[in-house]
Amino acid sequence: MSAAAIPAAGPVREPWWRGLGRFNVFTGIVLGIVGYVIGALVIGHVLSKGIPAMEETDQNDVEFVCGLLLGIIGFLVGMGFMNYPIARLSGAAPTLREKEEHGIARYFTLCTDHKVVGIQYLWGTLFFFLIAGLNAMLIRTQLLYPTEHFWSADNYITLVGLHGTMMMMMTTSMVLGPFGNYFVPVLIGAKRMAFPRIEALSFWLVPVAGIVLLSAVGAKGFPTGWTGYANLSVQAKLGMDCYLISFALIGISMALVGFNMLVTVYTMRAPGMTWTRLPIFVWAVIATAFLQLLAAPVLIAAMSLVLMDRVVGTTFFMPFSGGSPFLYENLFWFFGHPEVYILALPGFGLVLEILPVFTRKPLWGYRLAVAGLLGVALLSFFVWQHHLFVSGINPDLRPFFMFTTELISIPTAIVFLNAMGTLWGGKIRFTVPMLFALAFFFNFFIGGASGVFLSDAPSDVSTHGTFFVMAHFHYTIMGGLVFAFFGGLFYWFPKMFGVHLNERLGKLQFWFFFVFFNLTFFPLFAVGMLGQPRRVSAYAPSLQWLNDWVTASAYVLGFSFVIFVVNVFYSCFWQRRKPEPNPWHSKGIEWQLPTPIPVDNFARVPVINASPYEYGVPDAPLVANLNPTHAEVVTAGG
Amino acid sequence: MSSDDRLKPPPELRRIFWIWLVLSVIAVPLVVIFVGPALPPGSASDAAHGQQQDNTVMVAIVVPIMIGLLLYFIGSLIRFRSKDEVDGLTDGPATAGDPRVMVLWISVTFVIVLFLAAWGAYELFPGEDGAGGGLGSAPISVALPADASSALPVQVIGQQWTWTYRYPTYGGLETTELVLPVNQEVRFSVTSIDVIHSFWAINLAVKADAVPGTTNVAFVKPVREEASTIRCAELCGLWHGHMTSRLRVVSPAAFRVWIAHERAKWAPIQRYLPPYKPTYAPEPTYRG
Amino acid sequence: MSARRVGTILAAVLVLGGGVAIGLYVALFLEASPPPVQAAIVGPHQAALELQTVAEVGHGENPNWVSYYSRTPGHKWVHSTILRVPAHALIHVTVYQYDSATGLRNPLWGQPRGLVGNVMFVNGVPVKVLKPELASHTFAIPELGVSVPLPGVSEEAKNPCSYAPCTLAEAHNTITFTFRTGDPGKYRWQCFVPCAAGFIFGFGGPMQSIGYMDGELEVQGS
Repeated sequence: MSAAAIPAAGPVREPWWRGLGRFNVFTGIVLGIVGYVIGALVIGHVLSKGIPAMEETDQNDVEFVCGLLLGIIGFLVGMGFMNYPIARLSGAAPTLREKEEHGIARYFTLCTDHKVVGIQYLWGTLFFFLIAGLNAMLIRTQLLYPTEHFWSADNYITLVGLHGTMMMMMTTSMVLGPFGNYFVPVLIGAKRMAFPRIEALSFWLVPVAGIVLLSAVGAKGFPTGWTGYANLSVQAKLGMDCYLISFALIGISMALVGFNMLVTVYTMRAPGMTWTRLPIFVWAVIATAFLQLLAAPVLIAAMSLVLMDRVVGTTFFMPFSGGSPFLYENLFWFFGHPEVYILALPGFGLVLEILPVFTRKPLWGYRLAVAGLLGVALLSFFVWQHHLFVSGINPDLRPFFMFTTELISIPTAIVFLNAMGTLWGGKIRFTVPMLFALAFFFNFFIGGASGVFLSDAPSDVSTHGTFFVMAHFHYTIMGGLVFAFFGGLFYWFPKMFGVHLNERLGKLQFWFFFVFFNLTFFPLFAVGMLGQPRRVSAYAPSLQWLNDWVTASAYVLGFSFVIFVVNVFYSCFWQRRKPEPNPWHSKGIEWQLPTPIPVDNFARVPVINASPYEYGVPDAPLVANLNPTHAEVVTAGG
Repeated sequence: MSSDDRLKPPPELRRIFWIWLVLSVIAVPLVVIFVGPALPPGSASDAAHGQQQDNTVMVAIVVPIMIGLLLYFIGSLIRFRSKDEVDGLTDGPATAGDPRVMVLWISVTFVIVLFLAAWGAYELFPGEDGAGGGLGSAPISVALPADASSALPVQVIGQQWTWTYRYPTYGGLETTELVLPVNQEVRFSVTSIDVIHSFWAINLAVKADAVPGTTNVAFVKPVREEASTIRCAELCGLWHGHMTSRLRVVSPAAFRVWIAHERAKWAPIQRYLPPYKPTYAPEPTYRG
Repeated sequence: MSARRVGTILAAVLVLGGGVAIGLYVALFLEASPPPVQAAIVGPHQAALELQTVAEVGHGENPNWVSYYSRTPGHKWVHSTILRVPAHALIHVTVYQYDSATGLRNPLWGQPRGLVGNVMFVNGVPVKVLKPELASHTFAIPELGVSVPLPGVSEEAKNPCSYAPCTLAEAHNTITFTFRTGDPGKYRWQCFVPCAAGFIFGFGGPMQSIGYMDGELEVQGS
């Protein structure tokens, strides 16, 4: 990894607490295990003493939850998250130089460099993404036959839950994590994020959540899918606690990311980086950050309440003891619907960022695009009950939620218009990032059009809770976000790692991915409408040939990711093409910087002179003046 | 597209428009006439028929939009692809956006959205077709079908993991198979005795969540005598995928015969069944 | 070391490690299924199954869980609920019922049905309906319409069975019944009595675990 060869940025002073030990992922794991043992076998054991429901059922949630919570705290302490607060409380001077030593080791520590966090996020989320993808393959294997053949029914449901939850958890940070952390400070001309330690925390919570969720496999699984509906979740086996804790952790991470991004963009833009010069990707990050900040706390609350129902014996969601399952449904979807736009919006931003580069035209309708992104973000808080059209809530609310849901097609149609306007008259280059960006629009249109069927309350009666829904959100999330992610990855990989990913392998991956993605998910619309509910391990024998088709196609879809992994290794280690400073001839500010980007990004505070999309504008200045005079800084408003 | 002829759309765009118009004029009637009647959920009940109509309308709207977008994208990708390496590095025109196009585009999407929402809301009034969805425990009069008062009440009880059905007008008879008379409005009261299930009569296009502690009313009028399957559409635990049940729609005479037969069959257990209630909370209800 | 060599080593380690990890992960899901138990063939198109229910397994991972046990043709009790029976055949089932009564959440299951003659024999006495409170478990195959309530033994029984597998010397009820299988396929069977003490609705834990109160009936063609 050549990005490791970052030149030294001055002497690093060793603070006094360094002597306590080198805090890294290893000490984190050790303290995590110690924490689990203390939590489960000491604290949990004492707390659960004499409670028959815990002691005599072979399912001691108290011990397990105490163990997990203390284990998580132990891991974070071992990572060194308490060092700085303690040092400051003991009177040490403030510093940002925490764990900035060089080499590959800093990827396994608490690192306050936003570029390191971005790369940590990239490989971290990809790792869990591949595990969740493997789960999808196992799920499809089960569905080769109309009844159980490979995994038993309980293992199958656990697989479904693991796949769904893991994907939802990882794809929320799939764009915002790697590209948001790595590029937002660069794109706005800042040297760092506003809260670097919180940024590091937001990353390290992700692998913790991933591992906690995976540990459900060893704790008898959980039967609720990614939605975790109460009161099934209150009744469920021990693995449910893993789901609740890991999803709550991701909620905390999301809220932290959102708040960090907002503050960063709001306060740390370089002089001259006016709101209308902000790259559209940063606008998408802002819209997403708002959603994360406002929606994630509701998720944390919902998860905590279920956890209390399970562990402490409250009855928030127990229908015959004064609670209500509707409460959970409302809480969950009040988070859950903004959540799907947390997934979709960064994808919008990425493809709109990529299109101008490869059409060599300004982004068509920039201000409208911003309005569209913010409009989606705003509207997404007013639609959650469309998930509950047949649940038995007040039926008179259905027209309202039907209308608000369909209103979202206006801002999304705006994004399409931006793309169409940008394409018109351009000099279109079919590079790998461009192909992914174009496929995004094809997939997202099908996803959006099927969403109209779901938003329509009468039609939703038949499609709700079926494979139709499942195909719909795979079209928007996988066909949308994951395609945008790969577009962004191919686009920015030369900047992040100084390696140009092989174009031919990239195109091969793209065509496999695109063709078999559609062959996999399009038939699932039919499967759903013909009567196959979601998350079933047994289905009508008449639907077997359709399911078998989908499974076969899904295997090839899975294979397309192998091409990607091969591409990364081939390009990084065998090909070693000399990286060009600006392989795409983009005007973006990030391409003005050297590769790899130095530790503080900018030697001096830059002055922004233009929007990054001024292709074809005669005498357009460079986006950033990297070496401004004092006078230029003052005139730019610095 | 230079700034001189801004008032007129470029010729390529006009060509795309005409091709789109011709294709759409051909495609939409084909969709309505041939695809519509084949769309799920069929026409075995008034609700199914209404939803099929709804799906037809939406497909008829989506198809021309799809054609238009595909034409535009494919057309412009071919027309504006860069000729070679050098051409690909020259800049295109610096068009930053045309407010008239934006206004037109937003207006068109807004009109479509308004139409869809109005049409969907209209279809929700079950006066003619019904919608088949769960209406909650006490639906108000506007949400009721015209013959709601003469509807046959059937209680659907979900439990882990099977369905049972109670006919309160036939002595609270409880059965494991759902049989309904044809052309008779039915009032389902869906409830659950444990976790959330969702009652899905696929061919009748009825879906109503079975939520414990509450009852969820759904109306439907089956219009065709046939056998079909009932499934659970909300994840409810281990055997969710197996939580099926048989539904038969039969003639009124056959229905009366079946009722008599079932009453005889279930006579031994009948006196142990609880009196008919909208919801049941049997013991145990809590971990203890 | 050249980048190429580093790459080769890294790739090899990752492929190996990844392969092992994936294999372990898949194996984890595969191993969880209990072994299948074959019904004893007792005549042309006739087979016999012997089951027992115990209040507590007494050992293993979940010693406090209620469970079914099945008997192999070699007369060995195994902790399994995967039953293999022939298609289009009469299956004679004998259940030794060692658990005490819990009562049904839905009283409807108090009536045996889907059986030959719709009758079960409790200690040799024909029974057409069981008082719902007396049920300790049910043996139900909903897809075949089979549902049999199993009366529990008295709480005051002299010689209760504490650990599985129980023997005939301990207090029990013997329930026999016969049902008919149809086409080959996999059918689930389960218990409808909320017998998982300490769980919500008595339906958590063992009630949602294959090998305890849930199982599969593999109907096999000849």
